[in-house]
Amino acid sequence: MKRLAFLLPLIIFALISIYFAAGLKRDPSRIPSALIDRPVPEFSMPAISEDIPPFSTNDIADKITLINVFASWCISCHVEHPFLMELSKRDDLYIAGLNWKERAGDGEAWLKQYGNPYDFVGDDPDGRVAIDFGVTGAPETFIVDAKGRIRFRFAGPITEPVWERDIKPVIDAIKNEGAGVGA
Amino acid sequence: MARSLRIFLATLILSMGAAPIVGAVEPDEVLEDEALEERARALSRQLRCVVCQSQNIDDSNAPLAKDMRILLRERLMAGDSDEEIIEFLVDRYGDYILLKPPVQQNTILLWAAPFIIFLIAGAGAGAYLIAMKKRNRDEPDDKAGNEAT
Repeated sequence: MKRLAFLLPLIIFALISIYFAAGLKRDPSRIPSALIDRPVPEFSMPAISEDIPPFSTNDIADKITLINVFASWCISCHVEHPFLMELSKRDDLYIAGLNWKERAGDGEAWLKQYGNPYDFVGDDPDGRVAIDFGVTGAPETFIVDAKGRIRFRFAGPITEPVWERDIKPVIDAIKNEGAGVGA
Repeated sequence: MARSLRIFLATLILSMGAAPIVGAVEPDEVLEDEALEERARALSRQLRCVVCQSQNIDDSNAPLAKDMRILLRERLMAGDSDEEIIEFLVDRYGDYILLKPPVQQNTILLWAAPFIIFLIAGAGAGAYLIAMKKRNRDEPDDKAGNEAT
């Protein structure tokens, strides 16, 4: 009994330590999205250029859509841009851009210079549509199935490893469910 | 010396009083209607800036926090209640946007923990005190016993 009285604080301390040690491994900047498995918000954004179609909720219909929040001022967006160009060769998904808080003309110029991976691009200069998506920064990527449900969100640049590890399994799961192509 | 110290202290006290009022709200954001602005400030102090995370959107000068301040002022102007605005943002950003977590199933342990720890500590302290009292009562007997021998 007396030994227990000495050991108990030690045991409690050990348990708390394990709890905190596990907590240290978690990245506090990864905020879970509130929108997973919910329908995409209703939006309609104007085009940023005459050559690229605008983006609205209705465009998400017959394929899986990857929605990418980007801006020319966003440095990590430069990092993921080549990979988006690579993805744009696929024909089983749409790549849509949400041009976030961009000065008029900058987004268009940026895509002209580096190439346009997007099937649609919507202009969101005041960031309202981004708030509807719960966006916390750029770049940010959402995977929406052909039924219009948000299935995945990733904050940060998407690169090949991220795609293989996090996004590809989601795409495969959507296809297995038969939600990869619209009715 | 004493005078400059007094001035220093006065400045310190004054600036401490002013700090909580200032925030990051820019003049062009402020609403003309003072009652509405008051509600906007109160609301934005409850909402977490999702960029800087440890600040509320009233204090944060992140562009996204500014967007949210403007958004909530627009909603107030449109006649939304405080609850409706909070619900609107929780819908999009989850409970994470609230600096004060709501009491619900997944946070009940968080809220109850201080009371549980208080009870455990109280029980421990109680047990200790009872043991001490018992020992104190025993001691005179021991002494009496010692004297007897």
